[in-house]
Amino acid sequence: MSEVVLEARDLKKYYPVKKGVLQRTIGHVKAVDKVSFELHAGETLGIVGESGCGKSTLGRLLVQLERPTEGKVLLEGRELKTDQELREMRRDVQIVFQDPYTSLNPRMTVGDIIAEPLLIHKKDLGLKGTERARVQELLEQVGLNPEHINRYPHQFSGGQRQRIGIARGIALNPKVLVCDEPVSALDVSVQAQVVNLLERLQRELGLAYVFIAHDLAVVRHISHRVAVMYLGQIAEQGEADQIYSHPMHPYTQALMSAAPVPDPVIQAQRERIVLSGDVPSPANPPTGCRFHTRCWKAKTGTCDVNVPVLEHKGKADHMVACHFAEELTSVTA
Amino acid sequence: MSEMNPVTGDAATTKEGTSTAAEPGPDGANAVPTRERARSLGRDAWEELRKRPSFWFSTALIMIMIIMALFPQLFTALAPQSDPRAADLSRARQAPSGDAWFGFDGQGYDIYARTIYGARASILVGVLTTVGTLLLGSIIGLVAGFRGGWLDALLSRVGEIFWAIPLLLGGVLFMTSFPSGLDTPYSVVVGKVVFVLTILGWPRIARIMRSAVLQVKPLDYVQAARALGASPLRIVLKHVLPNAFTSVIVVATIDLGAYIATEATLSFLGIGLQPPVVSWGIAISNASGLGLLQSAPHMLLFPSVFLSVTVLAFIMLGDAVRDAFDPKGR
Repeated sequence: MSEVVLEARDLKKYYPVKKGVLQRTIGHVKAVDKVSFELHAGETLGIVGESGCGKSTLGRLLVQLERPTEGKVLLEGRELKTDQELREMRRDVQIVFQDPYTSLNPRMTVGDIIAEPLLIHKKDLGLKGTERARVQELLEQVGLNPEHINRYPHQFSGGQRQRIGIARGIALNPKVLVCDEPVSALDVSVQAQVVNLLERLQRELGLAYVFIAHDLAVVRHISHRVAVMYLGQIAEQGEADQIYSHPMHPYTQALMSAAPVPDPVIQAQRERIVLSGDVPSPANPPTGCRFHTRCWKAKTGTCDVNVPVLEHKGKADHMVACHFAEELTSVTA
Repeated sequence: MSEMNPVTGDAATTKEGTSTAAEPGPDGANAVPTRERARSLGRDAWEELRKRPSFWFSTALIMIMIIMALFPQLFTALAPQSDPRAADLSRARQAPSGDAWFGFDGQGYDIYARTIYGARASILVGVLTTVGTLLLGSIIGLVAGFRGGWLDALLSRVGEIFWAIPLLLGGVLFMTSFPSGLDTPYSVVVGKVVFVLTILGWPRIARIMRSAVLQVKPLDYVQAARALGASPLRIVLKHVLPNAFTSVIVVATIDLGAYIATEATLSFLGIGLQPPVVSWGIAISNASGLGLLQSAPHMLLFPSVFLSVTVLAFIMLGDAVRDAFDPKGR
């Protein structure tokens, strides 16, 4: 397997909950709680989970938009401490945002938007006044007309705007692109085009993606490996096919059973696992296994006391954080 | 705009469909590199402004007023009465005539000459106060909104302290503490009024700026710039300021008229601009005396018209500038 480009080690992000006149901290929202994973060069790691499970916070931690409360992000095995290191790191890890309507400055031309990363890192890259040619090259690379360089974002459709965001993201030839729900704001017909674009760019540029999404079908299509998050932690992680065809964690099983199957006959026959209750608050997560309050396999005395460790189970590279993972029978997805 | 081709609705999806397949197409940019110059918001805004009649109209009016303020003699040279300080009590409150175009005021001064000469003080007070509040308020609002935390709390509370002082009361307190005498230089008399109005007026701009900055700051494009490693200065100048200043511009141009009016009120109380300084504010307050409105309405009419036209010109300019800097409006 190729080398590791990005590694998250025990990442935690706690947001303090403050109350009263003195703004005393009365607790923490544990948005991301001890998340570790490795991302290899040229691969796509899909991160799925329901709203509020900490997917986006994780993405923001990876590009250093948020400082982790604990833990670290390693780029090619190096920890980033100084400002200079952070600056260099920003060239290698970039982000594409969810909403193409707020991710582009309405008062800048497309040319200026895509040239911004080049201008910011001009000195480090040793560029000399060649941004415009590079911007046009980038526009072409993401399937836009290079002659539209002087247009403003509002003159483009949602899908085209997302392409502009991607062009900005790849302008510095990064090694990793964090895609935070890059297609969920787009029409279904446009989603496929943007996903295909991402796949083409991966082949051409050898990019590694962290693909954050809640759309299971899209994640399955694009990802080599998948991590399932629940309440700020990774519940299950492994090869995409393995996760989708043989989920071992009860939460993953429930998640997979909720995804519609395009065949109405199979869809009608298959059993849907309906979870009871709501997602507990990340400010006060359940003890032991975080999923035990909604899990049908939970056993008192084990699941509500002991925290399950994310460990190898089943096939190679398949990791599950569940005490009873092996006892689960596979459901067909 | 000829090349404006907003891709919307259904057209968007078809456009989207073709763009992947063959957009770099037949005579694409490979063969003919785009010769067009790089465009920027500033240049585009100027191109846009040049096409607007309201921009030229307001600019022309403002230019006339500025020339009037600089060289009032040009405007009074041909008038029958040209000295703003020549008073003839026997002709007090006479209506406009061929001999005195705007008539005479309560002291027997020629209103035309007084109005022309009054432009200087009024425009100085209005423009300088607007510029002063704009600079002070924008910077403080920007810093408070962008930095947040204790600095925001501190600056906001300081602003609220000044905000809580009524403009008139603050003006009265300041001007009576530092009164102007008859031999005080012109610039000091005007400067004091500008100073007190700026000190009391900036929190309004600062609050608007702060809330605009707070609105822009969490948006994804600002986050994207941060992720790219842009310096805070770059983020403020390129992303936050251009998207936050429009509401401030509009309020500032409207306030310009209010400052000239407040100057008038202070002058009416005898503590703003002092004679021998001539201003529209002084003229308007002189004309507002009991009974004068009925017996000599021309005293109020002419300085008021000049004041209104000036304020209108600035508001029109502000609107035109705001629209020109909004690419969506084009």
